Amino acid sequence: MEKKKLNKTTKSNLITYGMVLAAYLIVQGMIAGNLLSNLMQGLLVPLCVYIILALSLNLTVGILGELSLGHAGFMCIGAFTSAAFTKATMDTFTNAGLRFFVALIIGAVCAGIFGFLIGIPVLRLKGDYLAIVTLAFGEIIKNIINVLYVGIDSNGIHFSMKDQMSLGMEPGGKMLISGAMGITGTPRQSTFTIGVVLILVTLFVVLNLINSRDGRAIMAIRDNRIAAESIGIDITKYKLKAFAISAALAGIGGVLYAHNLATLTALPKNFGYNMSIMFLVFVVLGGIGNMRGSIIAAVILNLLPELLRGLSDYRMLFYAIVLIVMMLINWAPKAIEMRERLFSKFKKKEA
Amino acid sequence: MSSFISYLISGISLGSVYAIIALGYTMVYGIAKMLNFAHGDVIMVGSYVVYVAVSGMGLNPILAILLSIIICTLMGVVIEGVAYRPLRNAASPLAVLITAIGVSYLLQNVALLIWGADTKSFSNVISLPSLKLAGGSIVITGVTIVTIIGGILIMAGLMLFISKTKTGQAMLAVSEDKGAAQLMGINVNKTISITFAIGSGLAAIAGVLLCSAYPSLTPYTGAMPGIKAFVAAVFGGIGSIPGAFIGGVVLGILEIFGKAYISSQMADAIVFGVLIVVLVVKPTGILGKNIQEKV
Repeated sequence: MEKKKLNKTTKSNLITYGMVLAAYLIVQGMIAGNLLSNLMQGLLVPLCVYIILALSLNLTVGILGELSLGHAGFMCIGAFTSAAFTKATMDTFTNAGLRFFVALIIGAVCAGIFGFLIGIPVLRLKGDYLAIVTLAFGEIIKNIINVLYVGIDSNGIHFSMKDQMSLGMEPGGKMLISGAMGITGTPRQSTFTIGVVLILVTLFVVLNLINSRDGRAIMAIRDNRIAAESIGIDITKYKLKAFAISAALAGIGGVLYAHNLATLTALPKNFGYNMSIMFLVFVVLGGIGNMRGSIIAAVILNLLPELLRGLSDYRMLFYAIVLIVMMLINWAPKAIEMRERLFSKFKKKEA
Repeated sequence: MSSFISYLISGISLGSVYAIIALGYTMVYGIAKMLNFAHGDVIMVGSYVVYVAVSGMGLNPILAILLSIIICTLMGVVIEGVAYRPLRNAASPLAVLITAIGVSYLLQNVALLIWGADTKSFSNVISLPSLKLAGGSIVITGVTIVTIIGGILIMAGLMLFISKTKTGQAMLAVSEDKGAAQLMGINVNKTISITFAIGSGLAAIAGVLLCSAYPSLTPYTGAMPGIKAFVAAVFGGIGSIPGAFIGGVVLGILEIFGKAYISSQMADAIVFGVLIVVLVVKPTGILGKNIQEKV
């Protein structure tokens, strides 16, 4: 038999996929064996959402090299557009599986479009400015959804930014989004299996993007914008591409999130700045640009507070310390120098 | 008409607070070239210090404010030294930005653990009589007067400090070119420390003024004004001191008018919308300089 040699990236990618699958099988086994409490089972879908968001943010931070603080905003768009679609078509679209699939596409496409639109002006900026504008965008989305009323009746869809009355709907009409009350009565279709499948899809998209021609162009822009431009890479195009894909993936996370809740509201708790920061913590702890690391970090940081009950008060504090310490250890020139000296000592001993 | 004027006045008052915060932001950004996300949270800590000193220890308000300024100044220097300085020459510009977010989060959560999540009602420490105009239909509170005058004085003071003192000139030099400044015998680390000290001291003053006008204090009080002040600094042109002041006042007026005439829930969205428009149309802000990037 001919042995086919896998190259290094393929192998590493396969390990990542395998890890997710193995974790899935273990958890399924634990559920079958009644080893997981209901509480823990309830945490599985949110965990999938966080992993997808961490992967999506890692694409922006690690590969594109820009900091987005508005990923919760893209997630919010994915969540609300898909939940509104599901609610609007609940009676007419009877195949639940197919409906969820369409909702997924709608959520991802809408978030992607917003990523594209916000990306056009914003990606001309760099670093700090981009971070603050994405933050601003996330807040704007949350604010708008909180005052947005959408209803549907036989005349079509009605929008209002004031209240339910001003929609002027027919008596038989159905409310889709009722301002700060959000969307209620979405069927809870997200399951752990769907979540894992979506994680695999996200991983597939991200890993393939990284190892493609486009991905290398994006990383060239990250490493040196001017050099990349001088060899003919279209900066705006590739930046927009990466950003829109990242937003669309965040939208997928949002769809999964929305269909796990009976009531979806745009509270700061769900889609605020803190959520965006939490995703950033996953990315930073897992290693910027390292997809497998993001998954592991998201799992660890979600399990730890559950396993150690006493820790839950200090969860946020712990996140803050993770951000500071990880950055100092990994990026400070002095720390890097010290680490190298330490490692060279070990190597000498071995030799 | 009188409601319009009173909205305008409260807009200028809020704007002056933003301006004072933005002055700190713009100095730090101009000189250390980093977005200090934790600036807003220094404001919160400053306010808590005054709250504890006045309500808990019964200290004289003026002493309490001085104490708050001292603590915030020290905190600014420590934060810079511990968290930001080691990363100043890091390979990725994101490193220091993420650390700053971490520091902001740290301050919020330490405050949460010390003082709890419940809203503290901040007692007004500025006891000046209100000014009544136009037969009592327009009332300007003492806090408003102090805030506006304070903002103008601080701006003028900073401009004098930068143009007249040696330290101020050193700051300008460091903001132009760190390496060259070092060759000229300027202690870059010390200069940046001083900048953080001044910025954080201003944050303490802004905290007192903010909480005197809006007397509810939580660990998250500082975050939003901090971000809005950054918007103001960008609006006025980052690095420019008069720009930060103008940006702050315009933003304050916009926010109050947005709240009054459009929608109270949408006021924040309007402020952030302004930021996006400014960055798209004129990324350097009103008074900012255009810097061409070279290889």
